[in-house]
Amino acid sequence: MLTTADSLLSLVGNTPLVELSRFAPGPVRVYAKLEGQNPTGSIKDRVAKAMIEAAEAAGELEPGRRLLEPTSGNTGISLALVAKLKGYPLTCVLPANATEERRRLLQLYGAELVESPGEEGSNGAVRLALELAERDSSWFMPFQYGNDANPRAHYDGTGAEIAEALQRVDVLVAGLGTGGTLMGTGERLRESFPDVVVAAAEPLPGEHVMGLRSLADGYVPPILDVSKLDRKLLVSNEESVAALRELLDAEGIFGGVSAGAVVHVARRLARELDDGVVVCVLADAGWKYLSADFWDAADVETSMERTVWW
Amino acid sequence: MTAIRIPPTLRTEVGGERQVEAYGGNVREVLEDLARRYPALEPQLFEAGELASFVNVYLGGEDIRTLDGLDTTVDGLPLILLPAMAGGAPGAPAAIGSRRAEPGSAARSRRWTALRREGRAEHCPSLLRLSAPRRESGRTRC
Repeated sequence: MLTTADSLLSLVGNTPLVELSRFAPGPVRVYAKLEGQNPTGSIKDRVAKAMIEAAEAAGELEPGRRLLEPTSGNTGISLALVAKLKGYPLTCVLPANATEERRRLLQLYGAELVESPGEEGSNGAVRLALELAERDSSWFMPFQYGNDANPRAHYDGTGAEIAEALQRVDVLVAGLGTGGTLMGTGERLRESFPDVVVAAAEPLPGEHVMGLRSLADGYVPPILDVSKLDRKLLVSNEESVAALRELLDAEGIFGGVSAGAVVHVARRLARELDDGVVVCVLADAGWKYLSADFWDAADVETSMERTVWW
Repeated sequence: MTAIRIPPTLRTEVGGERQVEAYGGNVREVLEDLARRYPALEPQLFEAGELASFVNVYLGGEDIRTLDGLDTTVDGLPLILLPAMAGGAPGAPAAIGSRRAEPGSAARSRRWTALRREGRAEHCPSLLRLSAPRRESGRTRC
């Protein structure tokens, strides 16, 4: 039955699950949850909406309060939508080398941009945002890496939707970024399917994005509990791009870079099983990556190694 | 012999090499042998005899924390060492609320552990080609 929505925010979530029978044929059925079909085109709509509404419910956000978030991508665009509809001005701190689509989209949605040094990557954006927030307490920073509303959005949404749609789930695969999707969706699926294997697809970082001074500068987001992951697999940029092209060829699904990594791991794990159901979460579609130069690159690794892609 | 890929952060400690070799039957033995060869690595890799919180070690492309930890048998597969990094926030300063990575996650599914022991769990060939530059245009699958 067709209905109407009172606001774009009520259209966040309830994304479709589609079987990947051509991309991953065989006895194990693989389903993809298409998070690119959220209002701004990524899974982060769930997170942005949940973080802002949690802060409102806790009385931490009064009308007109200025929001600040370090982001080089999807979370900023999602926050920009939520902030616009709820009347909060948003400033995003993003690396100077973020793609033009992202910069343009953020501005079109009404966000102010502050640039951090490109060579410092997202790390520099996080650092600068923290400095700004420390200097001026009028900022409110949702900070997805440490905000419990992030995994909760996936427990209440992504995970509950998968559990409702499928009678059986043997494996969940999602990309590892903040850890929100894996923690929240995994926890909800374990309640319905106690033996489910929760598997993380993790980017193999290029040489140029590992410019840490020492390992002690490493970062584990506070919301990520690695002990709750059953598998954690590295995927190279080359493999991610090959898989997303193949997914487009076979199924007509145009995924983003992390979606490529996730279906790559999903198919690999499906081959380890004799039967069962694998569900993978495709965080976004490929549109925001069109200006990237890896599509025609002879050497995908080299063309991609200066950026962290999810 | 186990090939070990060294991240840029740790190359000074191994004389600038991208890849080195060490010996041992499981990950602990290999890393201890590595630390004997390059003593400057020892404090970076271990904290009180356990894997340091901000080091990730991958065997055949899989994090050993979701295998058997330092007791994981190496089976001739290469190791990759990486700094713990989160998507979108590589190397964000520890002060913003990082905490120790939890060691010793046990794989929940016995069936999968059994599959791995039978050698049915696949390893990813492109991640096994540690030092070979990826110049060929053919797509890698695994």
